[in-house]
Amino acid sequence: MSDLTKLTLEAALAGMAAGDFSSEELTKAHIDACMDGADLNAFITTTFEDAIESAKASDARRKSGEVGLLEGAPLGVKDLFCTEGVKTTAGSKILGDFAPPYESSVTANMKADGMVMLGKLNLDEFAMGSSNETSHYGPVINPWRKGEDLVPGGSSGGSAAAVGADMCLGATATDTGGSIRQPASFTGTVGIKPTYGRCSRWGVVAFASSLDQAGPIAKTVKDSAILLESMAGYDPKDSTSLNIDVPKWSESCGKSVKGLRIGIPKEYSIDGMPGEIQSLWDQGIAWMKDAGAEIVPITLPHTKYALPAYYVVAPAEASSNLARYDGMRYGLRVDGKDLTDTYDRTRTEGFGKEVRRRIMIGTYVLSAGYYDAYYLRAQKVRTRIVQDFENAWQTCDAILTPTAPSAPFAVGRKLNDPVKMYLNDIFTVTTNLAGLPGISVPAGLDADGLPLGLQIIGKALDEDTVFKAASALEKAAGFTAKPEKWWK
Amino acid sequence: MSQPKGAVSAEDVKKIARLSRLHVESDRLQPLAEDLNGILAWIEQLNEVDVEGVEPMTSAVDMAAPMRKDEISDGDKRNDILKNAPKKDDGFFVVPRSVE
Amino acid sequence: MFTAERVGNPRDYIKGETGDWEIIIGLEVHAQVASNSKLFSGSATEYGQAPNSQVSLVDAGMPGMLPVVNEFCVEQAVKTGLGLNAQINLFSRFDRKNYFYVDLPQGYQISQFEHPIVGEGEIDVLPIDADGNTLEPVTVGIERLHLEQDAGKSVHDLSPDETYVDLNRCGVALMEIVSKPDMRSPEEASAYVDKLRGIVRALGTCDGDMEKGNLRADVNVSVRKPGGELGTRCEIKNVNSLRFIRQAINYEARRHIEIIEAGGTIDQETRLFDSEKGETRTMRSKEDAHDYRYFPDPDLLPLKLEQSFVDRVKSELPELPDQIKARFMDQYGLSEYDARILTADKTKSDFYESVAKGRDAKIAANWTMVELFGALNKAGTELEDSPVSADMLGGLIDRIADKTISGKIAKEVFERMFGGEGDADTIIEAQGLKQVTDMGAIEKMVDDAIEANAAQAEKAKDNPKLLGFFVGQVMKASGGKANPQAVNEILRKKLGL
Ligand SMILES: [Mg+2]
Ligand SMILES: [Zn+2]
Repeated sequence: MSDLTKLTLEAALAGMAAGDFSSEELTKAHIDACMDGADLNAFITTTFEDAIESAKASDARRKSGEVGLLEGAPLGVKDLFCTEGVKTTAGSKILGDFAPPYESSVTANMKADGMVMLGKLNLDEFAMGSSNETSHYGPVINPWRKGEDLVPGGSSGGSAAAVGADMCLGATATDTGGSIRQPASFTGTVGIKPTYGRCSRWGVVAFASSLDQAGPIAKTVKDSAILLESMAGYDPKDSTSLNIDVPKWSESCGKSVKGLRIGIPKEYSIDGMPGEIQSLWDQGIAWMKDAGAEIVPITLPHTKYALPAYYVVAPAEASSNLARYDGMRYGLRVDGKDLTDTYDRTRTEGFGKEVRRRIMIGTYVLSAGYYDAYYLRAQKVRTRIVQDFENAWQTCDAILTPTAPSAPFAVGRKLNDPVKMYLNDIFTVTTNLAGLPGISVPAGLDADGLPLGLQIIGKALDEDTVFKAASALEKAAGFTAKPEKWWK
Repeated sequence: MSQPKGAVSAEDVKKIARLSRLHVESDRLQPLAEDLNGILAWIEQLNEVDVEGVEPMTSAVDMAAPMRKDEISDGDKRNDILKNAPKKDDGFFVVPRSVE
Repeated sequence: MFTAERVGNPRDYIKGETGDWEIIIGLEVHAQVASNSKLFSGSATEYGQAPNSQVSLVDAGMPGMLPVVNEFCVEQAVKTGLGLNAQINLFSRFDRKNYFYVDLPQGYQISQFEHPIVGEGEIDVLPIDADGNTLEPVTVGIERLHLEQDAGKSVHDLSPDETYVDLNRCGVALMEIVSKPDMRSPEEASAYVDKLRGIVRALGTCDGDMEKGNLRADVNVSVRKPGGELGTRCEIKNVNSLRFIRQAINYEARRHIEIIEAGGTIDQETRLFDSEKGETRTMRSKEDAHDYRYFPDPDLLPLKLEQSFVDRVKSELPELPDQIKARFMDQYGLSEYDARILTADKTKSDFYESVAKGRDAKIAANWTMVELFGALNKAGTELEDSPVSADMLGGLIDRIADKTISGKIAKEVFERMFGGEGDADTIIEAQGLKQVTDMGAIEKMVDDAIEANAAQAEKAKDNPKLLGFFVGQVMKASGGKANPQAVNEILRKKLGL
């Protein structure tokens, strides 16, 4: 049998449907790949035994004619999603051995659809990072290594690396400022952040509630659409969940983009951006034009303020969201001489440096005397960014941009310069602030042979167009490069 | 409320750390203040934006809060609640003494 | 921030060494919404259950848990706001109030800061002095009413160096009703709380049970020279009876005056009332810097109410205590005092109305207030547990009205009824208390009395006061059962009066 791990999710589902192989065989092949790739450090927790059991159960279901959308597919879950009875860490020491007695709505949907969970994927601590180097469980190594260890991007670095290295057919991820799309770009994979409210946040460890949104990382645009169909859906347990139907997005993939108006925002040509990224973007514009789309220059004048606004809003919400990790009811407790000391020790030892830094920034921008100047102002800038997009939609249907301002970089290179690190999200963060869908599609390699992605941004709830445009881009790019399996 | 004037001092860091229930060694206060100032200085660009008359965006979805019926649909799961507790006794969470 | 324009009554001033002092009081009352489930989760709110047995994952602040608003609680807040004649805000929002405490699992309390659901309103309050006399009415301004979550409970006596935490209360919906600093005496403050209590009970939005802490007051007290500059205030937390509210204010005001007159200054602080000692003391807080960092809760969307919803709630409002009282005075011709006693709460006014229905309203009021409330008071029993129901009391009044028994016998029947011997008819029957109305029998008794007291009968023509003597004789002979009116009539005739 050919290497089952090379299959796309779509092909694997078809193969199981045709009886070419079982979920058990497929799952075992992926477990082997996971074990081979242990050095990539993509997993925090593996659940291989359970995976084989669920694969067998899936095969039995299939025999009885019961076939879910993800029936029998071995997938990974970012360790930010609570999984019942399985240790959930958020990449932090502070959660200790926390094993939630509940299952996140997103993973519950996927399990109901037949997912086989291989384990919990590594991430930046509490999803705070763009390189997966802030994880308490160590950095994830990008499978696209060229002579030195490279970061896979973050925060969904484990998800991106695992999919990029064919360790799973797809994975869940979350995106607060670019945490799905930037690692997808860094690993030659596809990642979509849907419209805010599409995927339930219930049971997903919160980073910044008004920005967090779950989505998949997958090998192809269509795979990402299949996964998102399973993940998305109304959840009355999340007050910000949208009570609307989930379309069959996989059917939008491959549809013609003739006449589609693709906006090109001039503000995304930033100083210091590598020439290769600019030329890839130009290439993308040409591809879309060739596919019949109309190219429209647009302006998103507040783009440069998105990142600083994000670095007020996200830490502010995070400082409050992370207050519950206090050592009293679950997770780590470091005993001190009294209550206050116990709080301090627990949180100081339990949180890593970047998380502590963001909690401090968040606390500062919300504190008396600074709220108006920072938090309130940032929320108003956010409104401005939304207005930019509203104006853009007058003349275009979707927007094409680079996903990230660089190719994957070496582990450790940006760790000590927070602002430099934050700039990784410069092209992705606007959609989080505005709640819009955005997808990253692998579009080419740089001179060093490292993957680069392009991003399609759509109108709220218009994932249809996003998938259509993304698959046109995918088709034109014909990106088939794979990292060499140096880790085996 | 005032515009932020000047930079975050070591004293400010101490206060923020206190509010955040984080401990900062005294010799780390000043470096941390500088660290935060670097980020805040970059954030200051927001002052360039004209936000006159602009409503702050507090949520990414433009709708009213959905509401649920007043029904008892949860609770009665003490074991789940206490399962991960660092210390528990007799159905209670046990924590360091919170009064003197 | 606050202004306190009204100058209180000199009667309420406290005499200090440097002259008179006036007390300025504002209250924050926390009233627990009478809901089945919590404000943001589906766990139960029932009182007194096993620790942590009514806690959801949301209440326990588990990772990834999210709040969803209970619509009933929102409606109760609106209802209460309408009962306080207050502005209902069609747009309101939940904010997070951030602080660390062992009984606050999320590390923040979800409350309403910038945009509360209810804005300004006012209610009229009738303070009562120590002798039960009604004083002049006072209008107390309502600053706002907002919805928020309650915290859990910390138990300190199960271990010497640890605290035990029970999260059952955690997340229970509270309405925080904030008054303006419009009260000037302990009596005004307790009358205000009593009034609020009557309103929420009549509305059914809160059971008003202060003993269980379902209604509790944070009392803000400061003193000033009458009409002068406001002093520094102290907040006395969680006072849970009307008497304690008065005691705490008295103690606190005197403490302020003593300190100021000795040349000291008042520290703005939070204090506790020790009901055993009748004193307030500083609530030693380990938190030095308070900075709650309020911001809109990003897990919740704004509450947007339709005016039609508010109108509907308004149209369905039950009669409020003030309205019932006015109606009682008008419809039943009761005095202000009687109406006040009978409308002190819904149970009382309902009871009275069912006694009065189809009967003489004043007699019904008398029997309810004087006899029944008196007996209940003496027995230390609540009206809810009264051995005499409204029907039974009504039945007794009916027997007086139809002259089956006299008012005097009725008191005896009432006593037996209160003692559990059954309804009026049963007792009258069993005890043979039925009034003698047989004219022949009464005439016979009258004749007997005249015959036995022939000399007096002779004098009666000149001295009509002797009629009373004869009535007494006849009533005695009848064992009190003769209809006194008939006895009177026949005696007058026979004595030629
Ligand atoms: Mg208060
Ligand atoms: Zn309160």
